[in-house]
Amino acid sequence: MIDKTVLNAQEAIEDIQDGMTISLGGFGLCGIPENLISALLEKGIKGLTCISNNAGVDDFGLGLLLQKKQVKKMIASYVGENAEFERQMLSGELEVELIPQGTLATRLMAGGYGMPVIYTPAGVGTEVAVGKEVRRFTFHGVEKEYLMEHAFEPDFAFVKAWKGDRAGNLVYRGTAQNFNHAVAMCGKITIAEVEELVEPGELDPNFIHTPGIFIHKIFQGEKYEKRIEQRTVRNKDDNE
Amino acid sequence: MLDKYGIAKRIAKEIKDGYYVNLGIGIPTLVANYIPEHINVVLQSENGLLGMGPFPFEGEEDADYINAGKQTITTLPGSAFFDSAMSFGMIRSRKVDLTILGAMEVSENGDIANWKIPGKMVKGMGGAMDLVASAENIIVAMQHVNKAGESKLLSSCTLPLTGVKCVKKVVTELGVFEIMETGGFKVLELHDGVSLDMVKQSTAGKLYY
Repeated sequence: MIDKTVLNAQEAIEDIQDGMTISLGGFGLCGIPENLISALLEKGIKGLTCISNNAGVDDFGLGLLLQKKQVKKMIASYVGENAEFERQMLSGELEVELIPQGTLATRLMAGGYGMPVIYTPAGVGTEVAVGKEVRRFTFHGVEKEYLMEHAFEPDFAFVKAWKGDRAGNLVYRGTAQNFNHAVAMCGKITIAEVEELVEPGELDPNFIHTPGIFIHKIFQGEKYEKRIEQRTVRNKDDNE
Repeated sequence: MLDKYGIAKRIAKEIKDGYYVNLGIGIPTLVANYIPEHINVVLQSENGLLGMGPFPFEGEEDADYINAGKQTITTLPGSAFFDSAMSFGMIRSRKVDLTILGAMEVSENGDIANWKIPGKMVKGMGGAMDLVASAENIIVAMQHVNKAGESKLLSSCTLPLTGVKCVKKVVTELGVFEIMETGGFKVLELHDGVSLDMVKQSTAGKLYY
Protein backbone atom coordinates (compact mmCIF):
# COMPACT_ATOMS: atom_id res chain seq x y z
CA MET A 1 0.00 0.00 0.00
CA ILE A 2 1.28 3.43 -0.94
CA ASP A 3 0.05 5.98 1.57
CA LYS A 4 -1.32 9.12 -0.15
CA THR A 5 -2.50 10.85 3.00
CA VAL A 6 -1.78 14.50 3.70
CA LEU A 7 -2.86 16.39 6.79
CA ASN A 8 -5.29 18.92 5.32
CA ALA A 9 -6.26 21.10 2.35
CA GLN A 10 -3.48 23.63 3.09
CA GLU A 11 -0.80 20.95 2.85
CA ALA A 12 -2.45 19.41 -0.22
CA ILE A 13 -2.24 22.64 -2.27
CA GLU A 14 1.27 23.73 -1.25
CA ASP A 15 2.71 23.19 -4.78
CA ILE A 16 0.01 25.14 -6.61
CA GLN A 17 1.24 28.37 -8.15
CA ASP A 18 -0.36 31.40 -9.80
CA GLY A 19 -1.41 30.81 -13.40
CA MET A 20 -1.92 27.05 -13.16
CA THR A 21 -4.80 25.05 -14.63
CA ILE A 22 -7.08 23.13 -12.27
CA SER A 23 -10.01 20.88 -13.13
CA LEU A 24 -12.65 20.43 -10.44
CA GLY A 25 -15.38 17.85 -9.90
CA GLY A 26 -18.97 18.72 -9.05
CA PHE A 27 -22.30 19.46 -10.71
CA GLY A 28 -23.74 22.73 -9.50
CA LEU A 29 -22.85 22.65 -5.80
CA CYS A 30 -23.22 18.86 -5.60
CA GLY A 31 -19.97 16.99 -5.00
CA ILE A 32 -17.66 20.02 -5.15
CA PRO A 33 -14.28 20.00 -3.36
CA GLU A 34 -15.34 22.60 -0.77
CA ASN A 35 -12.24 22.44 1.41
CA LEU A 36 -9.76 22.72 -1.47
CA ILE A 37 -11.63 25.74 -2.87
CA SER A 38 -11.48 27.37 0.59
CA ALA A 39 -7.75 26.71 0.78
CA LEU A 40 -7.17 28.39 -2.62
CA LEU A 41 -9.24 31.34 -1.45
CA GLU A 42 -7.29 31.62 1.80
CA LYS A 43 -3.90 31.38 0.09
CA GLY A 44 -4.91 33.93 -2.57
CA ILE A 45 -3.59 31.99 -5.58
CA LYS A 46 -4.34 33.99 -8.72
CA GLY A 47 -4.53 33.78 -12.48
CA LEU A 48 -6.10 30.34 -12.39
CA THR A 49 -7.69 28.55 -15.32
CA CYS A 50 -10.52 26.44 -13.93
CA ILE A 51 -12.16 23.56 -15.77
CA SER A 52 -15.48 22.76 -14.11
CA ASN A 53 -19.00 22.04 -15.33
CA ASN A 54 -20.37 25.05 -13.42
CA ALA A 55 -18.93 28.13 -11.73
CA GLY A 56 -20.67 27.86 -8.38
CA VAL A 57 -23.10 30.48 -7.10
CA ASP A 58 -22.27 34.04 -6.02
CA ASP A 59 -21.31 33.12 -2.46
CA PHE A 60 -20.31 29.46 -2.64
CA GLY A 61 -18.14 27.07 -4.60
CA LEU A 62 -16.07 28.56 -7.42
CA GLY A 63 -18.12 31.74 -7.08
CA LEU A 64 -15.95 32.55 -4.04
CA LEU A 65 -12.78 32.53 -6.18
CA LEU A 66 -14.49 34.62 -8.87
CA GLN A 67 -15.44 37.28 -6.35
CA LYS A 68 -11.79 37.62 -5.31
CA LYS A 69 -10.75 37.75 -9.00
CA GLN A 70 -8.53 34.69 -8.59
CA VAL A 71 -9.79 33.10 -11.81
CA LYS A 72 -8.39 34.28 -15.14
CA LYS A 73 -10.20 31.81 -17.35
CA MET A 74 -13.16 29.53 -16.87
CA ILE A 75 -13.95 26.49 -19.01
CA ALA A 76 -17.49 25.31 -18.23
CA SER A 77 -20.75 24.13 -19.77
CA TYR A 78 -23.37 25.98 -17.74
CA VAL A 79 -22.95 29.13 -15.68
CA GLY A 80 -26.56 30.22 -15.22
CA GLU A 81 -26.70 30.54 -11.44
CA ASN A 82 -23.96 33.10 -10.94
CA ALA A 83 -24.62 36.83 -11.41
CA GLU A 84 -21.02 37.89 -10.66
CA PHE A 85 -19.77 35.41 -13.24
CA GLU A 86 -22.14 36.78 -15.87
CA ARG A 87 -21.06 40.33 -15.05
CA GLN A 88 -17.32 39.51 -15.34
CA MET A 89 -17.90 37.59 -18.56
CA LEU A 90 -19.98 40.28 -20.28
CA SER A 91 -17.52 43.01 -19.21
CA GLY A 92 -14.58 40.99 -20.54
CA GLU A 93 -12.76 40.74 -17.17
CA LEU A 94 -13.04 36.98 -17.22
CA GLU A 95 -12.06 34.79 -20.14
CA VAL A 96 -14.75 32.17 -20.71
CA GLU A 97 -14.91 29.09 -22.88
CA LEU A 98 -18.33 27.45 -22.87
CA ILE A 99 -18.32 23.88 -24.13
CA PRO A 100 -20.97 21.14 -24.30
CA GLN A 101 -21.28 19.15 -21.09
CA GLY A 102 -20.64 15.79 -22.73
CA THR A 103 -17.61 17.21 -24.54
CA LEU A 104 -16.31 18.46 -21.19
CA ALA A 105 -16.80 15.09 -19.50
CA THR A 106 -15.28 13.17 -22.39
CA ARG A 107 -12.26 15.49 -22.78
CA LEU A 108 -11.54 14.93 -19.08
CA MET A 109 -12.03 11.19 -19.54
CA ALA A 110 -9.74 11.15 -22.60
CA GLY A 111 -7.00 12.76 -20.49
CA GLY A 112 -7.30 9.95 -17.98
CA TYR A 113 -7.52 7.27 -20.68
CA GLY A 114 -4.31 8.49 -22.33
CA MET A 115 -5.98 9.50 -25.58
CA PRO A 116 -5.05 12.90 -27.05
CA VAL A 117 -8.31 13.62 -28.91
CA ILE A 118 -11.91 12.55 -29.20
CA TYR A 119 -14.44 13.05 -31.99
CA THR A 120 -17.93 14.10 -31.00
CA PRO A 121 -21.01 15.25 -32.93
CA ALA A 122 -21.86 17.79 -30.19
CA GLY A 123 -21.59 21.34 -31.50
CA VAL A 124 -21.36 20.55 -35.23
CA GLY A 125 -22.82 23.49 -37.18
CA THR A 126 -22.68 25.82 -34.14
CA GLU A 127 -20.16 28.41 -32.92
CA VAL A 128 -18.54 25.66 -30.83
CA ALA A 129 -17.22 24.20 -34.10
CA VAL A 130 -15.40 27.35 -35.18
CA GLY A 131 -11.72 26.65 -35.86
CA LYS A 132 -12.00 22.94 -35.13
CA GLU A 133 -11.17 20.02 -37.37
CA VAL A 134 -14.33 18.38 -38.74
CA ARG A 135 -14.33 14.81 -40.05
CA ARG A 136 -17.04 12.59 -41.47
CA PHE A 137 -17.47 9.10 -40.01
CA THR A 138 -20.05 6.39 -40.55
CA PHE A 139 -21.12 5.24 -37.11
CA HIS A 140 -24.33 3.58 -35.92
CA GLY A 141 -25.07 3.18 -39.64
CA VAL A 142 -25.22 6.91 -40.28
CA GLU A 143 -22.62 9.14 -41.93
CA LYS A 144 -22.27 12.49 -40.26
CA GLU A 145 -19.81 15.14 -39.12
CA TYR A 146 -17.79 15.02 -35.93
CA LEU A 147 -15.62 17.64 -34.23
CA MET A 148 -12.13 16.86 -33.02
CA GLU A 149 -11.71 17.88 -29.38
CA HIS A 150 -8.50 17.70 -27.32
CA ALA A 151 -8.08 15.85 -24.03
CA PHE A 152 -7.64 17.95 -20.89
CA GLU A 153 -4.30 17.72 -19.10
CA PRO A 154 -4.69 20.04 -16.11
CA ASP A 155 -1.76 20.72 -13.74
CA PHE A 156 -3.99 19.79 -10.81
CA ALA A 157 -7.33 18.05 -10.39
CA PHE A 158 -9.53 18.52 -7.32
CA VAL A 159 -12.15 15.92 -6.48
CA LYS A 160 -14.52 15.24 -3.63
CA ALA A 161 -15.61 11.74 -2.65
CA TRP A 162 -17.80 10.28 0.07
CA LYS A 163 -15.24 7.80 1.36
CA GLY A 164 -11.62 7.18 0.57
CA ASP A 165 -8.83 5.10 2.03
CA ARG A 166 -5.18 6.00 2.64
CA ALA A 167 -4.26 4.31 -0.66
CA GLY A 168 -6.42 6.86 -2.50
CA ASN A 169 -9.27 4.53 -3.50
CA LEU A 170 -12.50 6.51 -3.75
CA VAL A 171 -16.22 5.86 -3.41
CA TYR A 172 -18.75 8.53 -4.36
CA ARG A 173 -22.34 8.86 -3.15
CA GLY A 174 -25.42 9.47 -5.30
CA THR A 175 -25.18 12.10 -8.01
CA ALA A 176 -22.20 13.65 -6.17
CA GLN A 177 -20.14 11.30 -8.34
CA ASN A 178 -20.84 13.38 -11.49
CA PHE A 179 -17.59 14.78 -12.94
CA ASN A 180 -15.40 13.68 -10.05
CA HIS A 181 -14.31 10.36 -11.55
CA ALA A 182 -13.27 11.80 -14.92
CA VAL A 183 -11.60 14.78 -13.22
CA ALA A 184 -9.67 12.46 -10.90
CA MET A 185 -8.32 10.47 -13.84
CA CYS A 186 -6.98 13.42 -15.87
CA GLY A 187 -4.94 15.41 -13.35
CA LYS A 188 -1.14 15.47 -13.55
CA ILE A 189 -1.52 15.75 -9.77
CA THR A 190 -4.92 14.78 -8.37
CA ILE A 191 -6.00 15.76 -4.87
CA ALA A 192 -8.99 14.05 -3.29
CA GLU A 193 -10.88 15.33 -0.29
CA VAL A 194 -13.28 12.93 1.39
CA GLU A 195 -16.01 13.10 3.98
CA GLU A 196 -14.59 10.02 5.65
CA LEU A 197 -10.99 8.78 5.42
CA VAL A 198 -10.69 5.09 6.31
CA GLU A 199 -7.91 2.53 6.69
CA PRO A 200 -6.94 0.31 3.74
CA GLY A 201 -9.11 -2.80 3.75
CA GLU A 202 -12.21 -1.04 5.00
CA LEU A 203 -13.51 -0.31 1.48
CA ASP A 204 -14.68 -3.34 -0.49
CA PRO A 205 -12.39 -3.63 -3.57
CA ASN A 206 -15.47 -4.73 -5.56
CA PHE A 207 -17.07 -1.34 -5.11
CA ILE A 208 -14.29 1.20 -5.73
CA HIS A 209 -15.27 3.96 -8.20
CA THR A 210 -11.81 5.52 -8.68
CA PRO A 211 -8.72 3.37 -7.98
CA GLY A 212 -5.95 4.96 -5.88
CA ILE A 213 -3.42 5.02 -8.72
CA PHE A 214 -5.09 8.19 -10.02
CA ILE A 215 -4.88 9.94 -6.65
CA HIS A 216 -1.69 11.64 -5.44
CA LYS A 217 -2.91 13.21 -2.22
CA ILE A 218 -5.91 12.50 -0.03
CA PHE A 219 -7.30 14.05 3.14
CA GLN A 220 -10.49 14.19 5.15
CA GLY A 221 -12.25 17.53 4.74
CA GLU A 222 -12.46 19.60 7.88
CA LYS A 223 -16.16 20.36 7.38
CA TYR A 224 -18.82 20.07 4.68
CA GLU A 225 -21.63 22.50 4.12
CA LYS A 226 -23.09 20.51 1.17
CA ARG A 227 -25.39 23.33 0.19
CA ILE A 228 -28.57 22.54 -1.77
CA GLU A 229 -29.20 24.79 -4.78
CA GLN A 230 -32.85 23.98 -5.54
CA ARG A 231 -34.70 22.53 -2.56
CA THR A 232 -37.71 20.78 -4.08
CA VAL A 233 -40.06 18.65 -1.97
CA ARG A 234 -43.49 17.03 -2.12
CA ASN A 235 -46.10 17.02 0.63
CA LYS A 236 -46.55 14.00 2.89
CA ASP A 237 -50.18 13.69 1.76
CA ASP A 238 -49.31 13.82 -1.95
CA ASN A 239 -49.85 10.56 -3.70
CA GLU A 240 -47.09 11.24 -6.22
CA MET B 1 -55.09 26.89 -25.88
CA LEU B 2 -52.89 25.08 -23.34
CA ASP B 3 -50.92 26.32 -20.35
CA LYS B 4 -47.49 24.88 -19.55
CA TYR B 5 -49.05 21.96 -17.65
CA GLY B 6 -51.23 21.20 -20.65
CA ILE B 7 -48.17 21.21 -22.93
CA ALA B 8 -46.40 18.82 -20.54
CA LYS B 9 -49.47 16.56 -20.42
CA ARG B 10 -49.69 16.44 -24.22
CA ILE B 11 -45.99 15.59 -24.58
CA ALA B 12 -46.36 12.75 -22.07
CA LYS B 13 -48.50 10.98 -24.73
CA GLU B 14 -45.37 10.66 -26.90
CA ILE B 15 -43.68 8.48 -24.30
CA LYS B 16 -43.99 4.75 -24.93
CA ASP B 17 -43.59 1.68 -22.76
CA GLY B 18 -39.92 0.75 -22.34
CA TYR B 19 -38.52 4.19 -23.15
CA TYR B 20 -35.49 5.77 -21.51
CA VAL B 21 -36.24 9.50 -21.52
CA ASN B 22 -34.16 12.60 -20.84
CA LEU B 23 -36.16 15.64 -19.71
CA GLY B 24 -34.68 19.12 -19.96
CA ILE B 25 -35.21 22.05 -17.59
CA GLY B 26 -38.53 23.97 -17.53
CA ILE B 27 -41.73 22.60 -19.11
CA PRO B 28 -40.00 19.26 -19.95
CA THR B 29 -39.45 18.59 -16.22
CA LEU B 30 -43.24 18.77 -15.73
CA VAL B 31 -43.75 15.94 -18.23
CA ALA B 32 -42.69 13.46 -15.52
CA ASN B 33 -45.95 14.17 -13.66
CA TYR B 34 -48.11 12.95 -16.57
CA ILE B 35 -46.45 9.68 -17.61
CA PRO B 36 -49.23 7.05 -17.56
CA GLU B 37 -48.91 4.62 -14.67
CA HIS B 38 -49.42 1.51 -16.80
CA ILE B 39 -46.22 1.98 -18.79
CA ASN B 40 -42.62 1.44 -17.68
CA VAL B 41 -40.43 4.45 -18.35
CA VAL B 42 -36.98 5.27 -16.96
CA LEU B 43 -35.92 8.90 -16.65
CA GLN B 44 -32.25 9.66 -17.32
CA SER B 45 -30.71 12.67 -15.64
CA GLU B 46 -27.44 13.56 -17.36
CA ASN B 47 -25.67 14.42 -14.11
CA GLY B 48 -25.54 10.69 -13.45
CA LEU B 49 -28.82 8.98 -12.61
CA LEU B 50 -31.08 6.47 -14.31
CA GLY B 51 -34.43 5.99 -12.66
CA MET B 52 -35.17 9.44 -11.31
CA GLY B 53 -37.91 9.40 -8.69
CA PRO B 54 -40.18 12.16 -7.39
CA PHE B 55 -39.10 15.05 -5.15
CA PRO B 56 -38.30 13.94 -1.58
CA PHE B 57 -40.71 14.49 1.31
CA GLU B 58 -39.96 17.59 3.35
CA GLY B 59 -37.05 16.92 5.70
CA GLU B 60 -35.72 14.09 3.54
CA GLU B 61 -33.82 16.25 1.01
CA ASP B 62 -30.29 15.02 0.40
CA ALA B 63 -27.63 17.32 -1.12
CA ASP B 64 -26.06 14.29 -2.87
CA TYR B 65 -29.29 13.42 -4.73
CA ILE B 66 -30.12 16.01 -7.38
CA ASN B 67 -31.26 16.12 -11.01
CA ALA B 68 -29.72 18.07 -13.89
CA GLY B 69 -31.80 21.10 -12.86
CA LYS B 70 -30.07 20.90 -9.44
CA GLN B 71 -33.40 20.05 -7.78
CA THR B 72 -33.44 17.56 -4.91
CA ILE B 73 -34.87 14.23 -6.08
CA THR B 74 -35.16 10.61 -4.98
CA THR B 75 -34.30 7.25 -6.52
CA LEU B 76 -36.61 4.34 -7.35
CA PRO B 77 -36.17 0.58 -7.10
CA GLY B 78 -33.83 -0.24 -10.02
CA SER B 79 -32.11 3.16 -10.11
CA ALA B 80 -28.41 3.49 -10.93
CA PHE B 81 -25.80 6.20 -10.43
CA PHE B 82 -22.84 6.71 -12.77
CA ASP B 83 -20.26 9.28 -13.77
CA SER B 84 -20.75 12.14 -16.24
CA ALA B 85 -18.58 10.64 -18.99
CA MET B 86 -20.61 7.42 -18.95
CA SER B 87 -23.82 9.45 -18.88
CA PHE B 88 -22.98 11.12 -22.18
CA GLY B 89 -21.86 7.77 -23.53
CA MET B 90 -25.45 6.61 -23.06
CA ILE B 91 -26.66 9.70 -24.89
CA ARG B 92 -24.22 9.53 -27.81
CA SER B 93 -24.65 5.78 -28.29
CA ARG B 94 -28.41 6.29 -28.54
CA LYS B 95 -29.48 4.27 -25.53
CA VAL B 96 -31.76 7.18 -24.59
CA ASP B 97 -34.94 6.86 -26.69
CA LEU B 98 -36.47 10.30 -26.33
CA THR B 99 -35.19 13.77 -25.47
CA ILE B 100 -37.58 16.55 -24.51
CA LEU B 101 -36.20 20.05 -24.17
CA GLY B 102 -37.12 23.71 -24.20
CA ALA B 103 -36.04 26.23 -26.83
CA MET B 104 -35.86 29.93 -27.62
CA GLU B 105 -36.18 29.30 -31.37
CA VAL B 106 -36.79 26.38 -33.72
CA SER B 107 -36.40 26.63 -37.50
CA GLU B 108 -38.43 24.92 -40.21
CA ASN B 109 -35.51 22.60 -41.00
CA GLY B 110 -35.21 21.44 -37.38
CA ASP B 111 -32.42 23.71 -36.11
CA ILE B 112 -32.69 24.70 -32.47
CA ALA B 113 -31.34 27.66 -30.45
CA ASN B 114 -31.58 27.64 -26.67
CA TRP B 115 -28.33 28.59 -24.95
CA LYS B 116 -27.32 32.17 -25.62
CA ILE B 117 -28.59 35.66 -26.45
CA PRO B 118 -25.44 37.53 -27.52
CA GLY B 119 -24.59 40.45 -25.22
CA LYS B 120 -27.57 39.71 -22.97
CA MET B 121 -27.92 36.24 -21.61
CA VAL B 122 -25.25 33.58 -21.55
CA LYS B 123 -26.11 30.62 -19.42
CA GLY B 124 -24.27 28.02 -21.45
CA MET B 125 -25.40 24.98 -23.36
CA GLY B 126 -25.06 22.45 -20.56
CA GLY B 127 -25.86 19.04 -22.01
CA ALA B 128 -28.22 20.32 -24.71
CA MET B 129 -25.69 20.31 -27.57
CA ASP B 130 -24.70 16.71 -26.84
CA LEU B 131 -28.34 15.63 -26.60
CA VAL B 132 -29.50 17.25 -29.83
CA ALA B 133 -26.44 16.06 -31.76
CA SER B 134 -27.03 12.41 -30.91
CA ALA B 135 -30.66 11.78 -29.98
CA GLU B 136 -32.86 10.11 -32.59
CA ASN B 137 -36.09 11.55 -31.29
CA ILE B 138 -36.18 15.15 -30.08
CA ILE B 139 -39.35 16.95 -29.04
CA VAL B 140 -39.30 20.63 -28.17
CA ALA B 141 -41.68 22.03 -25.56
CA MET B 142 -42.07 25.80 -25.70
CA GLN B 143 -44.34 28.81 -26.04
CA HIS B 144 -45.24 29.65 -29.64
CA VAL B 145 -44.13 33.29 -29.34
CA ASN B 146 -41.59 35.06 -27.11
CA LYS B 147 -42.31 37.76 -24.52
CA ALA B 148 -42.13 40.43 -27.22
CA GLY B 149 -44.84 38.57 -29.15
CA GLU B 150 -42.46 37.38 -31.90
CA SER B 151 -42.75 33.90 -33.36
CA LYS B 152 -40.33 31.26 -32.09
CA LEU B 153 -41.10 28.99 -35.08
CA LEU B 154 -38.93 30.54 -37.78
CA SER B 155 -37.68 29.96 -41.29
CA SER B 156 -34.16 30.12 -39.83
CA CYS B 157 -32.93 30.77 -36.29
CA THR B 158 -31.55 34.22 -35.45
CA LEU B 159 -29.82 33.19 -32.18
CA PRO B 160 -26.63 31.08 -31.91
CA LEU B 161 -27.53 27.47 -32.69
CA THR B 162 -27.52 24.56 -30.28
CA GLY B 163 -27.87 21.97 -33.04
CA VAL B 164 -28.79 21.63 -36.71
CA LYS B 165 -31.56 19.59 -38.36
CA CYS B 166 -32.35 17.67 -35.21
CA VAL B 167 -35.81 18.60 -33.88
CA LYS B 168 -38.59 16.21 -34.92
CA LYS B 169 -41.62 17.73 -33.24
CA VAL B 170 -42.65 20.94 -31.47
CA VAL B 171 -45.44 21.18 -28.93
CA THR B 172 -46.64 24.70 -28.04
CA GLU B 173 -49.73 26.17 -26.37
CA LEU B 174 -51.37 26.30 -29.81
CA GLY B 175 -50.70 22.85 -31.24
CA VAL B 176 -48.41 20.00 -32.22
CA PHE B 177 -46.11 20.48 -35.22
CA GLU B 178 -43.89 18.08 -37.09
CA ILE B 179 -40.69 19.22 -38.79
CA MET B 180 -40.98 17.94 -42.36
CA GLU B 181 -38.05 16.24 -44.07
CA THR B 182 -38.23 18.81 -46.85
CA GLY B 183 -38.53 21.71 -44.39
CA GLY B 184 -41.54 23.37 -42.83
CA PHE B 185 -43.86 22.94 -39.84
CA LYS B 186 -46.70 20.52 -40.48
CA VAL B 187 -49.74 21.04 -38.28
CA LEU B 188 -50.54 17.70 -36.63
CA GLU B 189 -52.97 18.96 -34.02
CA LEU B 190 -54.59 22.21 -32.97
CA HIS B 191 -55.39 22.39 -29.25
CA ASP B 192 -58.95 23.15 -28.07
CA GLY B 193 -60.03 26.69 -28.87
CA VAL B 194 -57.18 27.30 -31.32
CA SER B 195 -57.89 28.24 -34.93
CA LEU B 196 -55.60 27.76 -37.91
CA ASP B 197 -55.58 31.54 -38.32
CA MET B 198 -54.15 31.97 -34.82
CA VAL B 199 -51.35 29.54 -35.70
CA LYS B 200 -50.69 31.23 -39.04
CA GLN B 201 -50.38 34.60 -37.31
CA SER B 202 -47.93 33.28 -34.73
CA THR B 203 -45.73 31.22 -37.06
CA ALA B 204 -42.98 32.91 -39.07
CA GLY B 205 -41.69 29.72 -40.68
CA LYS B 206 -43.36 27.79 -43.51
CA LEU B 207 -46.57 26.16 -42.32
CA TYR B 208 -48.25 23.13 -43.90
CA TYR B 209 -51.79 22.02 -43.02
